[in-house]
Amino acid sequence: MTSKNRPAAGQVPDQRSRQAARAAASREAIPWLLGIPALLAAVFLLVPLAGLLVRAPWLGLPRLLADSQVLDALRLSLLCASAATAVSLVFGVPLAWVLARWQVRGISVLRALVTLPLVLPPVVGGVALLLAFGRQGILGRLLDEWTGITLPFTTAGVVIAETFVAMPFLIITVEGAFRASDRGFEEAAATLGASRLTIFRTITLPLIGPSLLAGAVLCWARALGEFGATITFAGNFPGRTQTMPLAVYVALESDPEAAVALSLVMLLVSIAVLAGLRDRWLTTGAAR
Amino acid sequence: MRRSALTVTVAATAGLLLAGCGSSSAPPASPATSPGRVSSSPALSGTINVFAAASLQEAFTTLGQQFEAAHPGTKVVFNFGPSSGLATQITAGAPADVFASASTQNMDQVVKAAAATSPTDFASNTMEIAVPVKNPAGVTGLSDLVKPGLKVALCQIAVPCGATAAKVFANARLAVTPVTQEIDVKAVLTKVTLGEVDAGVVYVTDVRAAGGKVKGIQIPANVNASTAYPIATLTQAPNKATASAFTEYVLSAGGARVLTTDGFAAMSPAHRT
Repeated sequence: MTSKNRPAAGQVPDQRSRQAARAAASREAIPWLLGIPALLAAVFLLVPLAGLLVRAPWLGLPRLLADSQVLDALRLSLLCASAATAVSLVFGVPLAWVLARWQVRGISVLRALVTLPLVLPPVVGGVALLLAFGRQGILGRLLDEWTGITLPFTTAGVVIAETFVAMPFLIITVEGAFRASDRGFEEAAATLGASRLTIFRTITLPLIGPSLLAGAVLCWARALGEFGATITFAGNFPGRTQTMPLAVYVALESDPEAAVALSLVMLLVSIAVLAGLRDRWLTTGAAR
Repeated sequence: MRRSALTVTVAATAGLLLAGCGSSSAPPASPATSPGRVSSSPALSGTINVFAAASLQEAFTTLGQQFEAAHPGTKVVFNFGPSSGLATQITAGAPADVFASASTQNMDQVVKAAAATSPTDFASNTMEIAVPVKNPAGVTGLSDLVKPGLKVALCQIAVPCGATAAKVFANARLAVTPVTQEIDVKAVLTKVTLGEVDAGVVYVTDVRAAGGKVKGIQIPANVNASTAYPIATLTQAPNKATASAFTEYVLSAGGARVLTTDGFAAMSPAHRT
């Protein structure tokens, strides 16, 4: 009805037939060259999850999960992942804004470097953190001398390790949104005399709201699953630095049943996160 | 033509994926060679996967090289890690040929799952305190480890080095609270080497293997504890002939020499079970 070039009378049947063709195409048999690998991919991704469910010690589950060490690990995981997300929001969003808007030479190099933890093996990240913030690290040494505070083997150390690994996920998501957002509103506000900070707070941030939420959830999920950097930088001590992934790993060595039970809990949390993200990623492009 | 070539590629890839890690490129296992005639066995070849405790890393790497040199055409691939974790991997069906554990407990786990029969103890190891070279906390003995504020790294209790350290503390009637329970003995050593902890309790062999990177402080013999190292060729070994030969080599006088050089106490055949 809104088409400008075509007479309204001819437009409706045309659109209908196109819709019909599309619907027919979606019902058409999938070419096997795509279908077989697609099936294999789906099986490959789903079978391990099925394994967890099939092998789960359902009867012993209440006993295994009531273990205070399990509850400690779960509490610690949720707390540290949330803290890491909060830190990432406070520091990562401004960095994403700078990376998106600041037009200076070398900014692309900075962007590549700060998102490096995305591809770095987390254990390597943990070693790097020790060398930077450890008791003998280049900054950690000063911190120890001046304040007596050491970060490895503390809960704060867990938050640092998780932030290091997860913040780039937030930065990369939010930066993309900053780039794509319409500058027209910001320019209009600027013409009306709004300060840059007011513009950022009242226009830019609300504009990228959905991406900010998605980035934060992604960051939180990555932090929740963090293992390598955490065990390397923060060590493994129940109640202080032993998060769920560490508890699963340690349990696997002595009590595989407990490891499966812990994994189930992680699976449930992951499903909850996916459900939270559904609007953005699982409905095709509707939220974009 | 183009399409069929692509089809073949896809099918081959899928086949590989399905075949997975379960298959082995090693030739079909020949019947187990009787121990006495291993060295004269003419047909030793192929790769064997040896799952060995992290503390055996240096000694077994040497043994593997010597074995490969003595039997051209063989290749010894190692998977070093915490004995408890390796035992779990083996009982879960990992394609291992030989298991060398740092404790009888983890070997028993494998025997119980029918993955190995008649393991033999080949060495034993005792504990030592490792401190950073500069020893910033001035640790001189076990009793220093209970000092408040002193950072101690131990192995987690499910790992042989953690269990053996716990015996030492029980013998000395000390309650040591570590800042971290690491996943294997090498991880403890790393934390000491980096100076992130003031002390760690590791095997005497680890202090020796670390060269000058850490300082060792001996634990008195009357409170020290030891752990025995059993080895076994696995029943499902994909390359049983070579696997048995390697096991025999570890148990031989030549194998014992390498182990004692690295600080292990060799088990004389008379003490073997």
